[in-house]
Amino acid sequence: MTPDEARAVFFEELGNIAPEWDPAEIDPGEDIREAMDIDSMDVLNLVIALHKRTGIDIPESDYAKLITIDGAVAYLSAKSGG
Amino acid sequence: MEIIHKQDPALLALANLRDYDAVYGSFSWDAARAELDGLPGGGLNIAFEAVDRHLAHGKGDKVAIRWLGKDGSRQDLTYGQLAAASNRFANVLKSLGVARGEAVFGLMGRRPELYQAMLGILKNGSVFSPLFSAFGPEPLKARMTIGSAKALVTTDALYNRKVAAWRGELPELDHVLLVRTTDKPLPEGCVDLAAAMAEASEDFAIAETGPEDRALLHFTSGTTGKPKGAIHVHGAVVAHHVTGRYALDLHPDDIYWCTADPGWVTGTSYGIIAPLTNGTTMIVDEAEFDAERWYQTLQDEKVTVWYSAPTAIRMLMRAGKEVADTYDLASLRFLASVGEPLNPEAVVWSDETFGKPFHDNWWQTETGGIMIANYAAMDVKPGSMGRPLPGIEAGIVERKPDGGVTEITRPMALGELALRPGWPSMMRGYLHEEERYKKCFADGWYLSGDLAMRDSDGYFWFVGRADDVIKSAGHLIGPFEVESALMEHPAVAEVGVIGIPDETAGEVVKAFVGLKPKFESSEALRKELLGHARKRLGPAVAPRDIAFRTNLPKTRSGKIMRRLLKARELGLPEGDLSTLESDEKK
Repeated sequence: MTPDEARAVFFEELGNIAPEWDPAEIDPGEDIREAMDIDSMDVLNLVIALHKRTGIDIPESDYAKLITIDGAVAYLSAKSGG
Repeated sequence: MEIIHKQDPALLALANLRDYDAVYGSFSWDAARAELDGLPGGGLNIAFEAVDRHLAHGKGDKVAIRWLGKDGSRQDLTYGQLAAASNRFANVLKSLGVARGEAVFGLMGRRPELYQAMLGILKNGSVFSPLFSAFGPEPLKARMTIGSAKALVTTDALYNRKVAAWRGELPELDHVLLVRTTDKPLPEGCVDLAAAMAEASEDFAIAETGPEDRALLHFTSGTTGKPKGAIHVHGAVVAHHVTGRYALDLHPDDIYWCTADPGWVTGTSYGIIAPLTNGTTMIVDEAEFDAERWYQTLQDEKVTVWYSAPTAIRMLMRAGKEVADTYDLASLRFLASVGEPLNPEAVVWSDETFGKPFHDNWWQTETGGIMIANYAAMDVKPGSMGRPLPGIEAGIVERKPDGGVTEITRPMALGELALRPGWPSMMRGYLHEEERYKKCFADGWYLSGDLAMRDSDGYFWFVGRADDVIKSAGHLIGPFEVESALMEHPAVAEVGVIGIPDETAGEVVKAFVGLKPKFESSEALRKELLGHARKRLGPAVAPRDIAFRTNLPKTRSGKIMRRLLKARELGLPEGDLSTLESDEKK
């Protein structure tokens, strides 16, 4: 995945979990748990959805890399070999 | 599942409750009261027992709270510093004219100011009511309205996001005290807490409260109607203290970590009061759950007693034993869990991973403290909540058609879990709801609403709820509150909300929605409703899933049959359908 593709995937899955926000309006460096009122169960559901969608295995120890938009885009594009 | 026997002689010798039967047989609440000091003038005040009395015993320099900020910062507060800071807070309240008996709400993440505020509120003789910071505006407003909030302590970020828009609708809310966490200007009509505390005196004469004076107001949810405010009194501290000693095995030299948020009853009774009355050093971590951060904290802070919850434990299981194995967790001595039943697999996993099992215990907002528990020196039957605390008589009862109950003593008979009232931390009422309070009692029993069984060894086993209340990630969620928020959306004609099983959270909230005639179901509308609910309720209460129905199953009087929705969702027997008038249509 290119970073742009990764961003599109992440925004879509984030939008399924917390549709009350437009991810494009969130500061990409901010912790989404605070910016978007995302709790631990939401994070878990997001990780499961991203895995289903991309096939990327995301171990628990990597969850912290997915809590900003920039972090998630970098992680997903790197892991997909993009 | 195999019984976990307690055999380590060193641990057995250290346990506060070494001989369960002997202590249970001889226990008295009066004797327990004597373990505390009481106010110098003869009264009883939770904050004095938690903090100030330790100063008189020469423990003023001991660390009471070790705070870990989410940015990696640390702050130690000794008992002496906590006494001074809570005195300052009490002086701020007093100078604002907040009186004894008036309610002060706390809405904050796990920051040091929250702990200082709660203790200061109690010292002032006011009533502390905690709010969960992940609540959306509607649960917050509902609770503060019912509780006649006189003052609110929160952060500027939370205030701006969740309170400012409707503050004017609460005529009794005179004061908002803000911890400034952003660089925005101080909102109009608010007090800068840090500035006010800096000017306040470190000395305060603690209100001469008595054991029956109101101290805490904890909100919980029922099947129908608004949230219920359970009233607790200063005398509850006797139960907090003793149950902390017996059910959590707290010793004064313990490093104790309760992972529950003080926005709920566990985070108050056992995340503030019990560890402090017992003179421990407690860890407060501001950050949200993260498996590696948690293990790092357990290792680096040398935590000895750890009180957590099934959802978190199951998230640790997902992360895997290998992650735990890379940390040195040898300091851990006692592990306990509460919030929802801890599944036997999790008990066994913890025993294999940490070398000691999580000890499940059971209690409710209404009971104020732990009622049934597994103990350090008692065998654990994985999946069982354990045996009643000394001072607590528990039974399994059956409701009779006349409204009374009878106890069933036959082992493993299914019935409602009930307790004989009289322990100090029992609620003294639901605020403004005498009828609902009275309904909790019959024939000398407090009826918990939980279905359970007792085995021939006296161990209790949770079976399910007797009503439609949902238990998600340890939080009790009233379906009515969720339904009401969804009903506010213009497309929604009717809603039924149920809990569906979830391997991590126990249950998650699912809503079934019937639309008004002009609206068509679509994925876009489903997301809109999901967002609508999350904005109003916050992630902890809002549904995680929404499904559309052309018609929801209803009784003749138009009541939506949640029970039937649930049975069908889970493929269970539909049960008695005699009251069904209008059936579900997909």
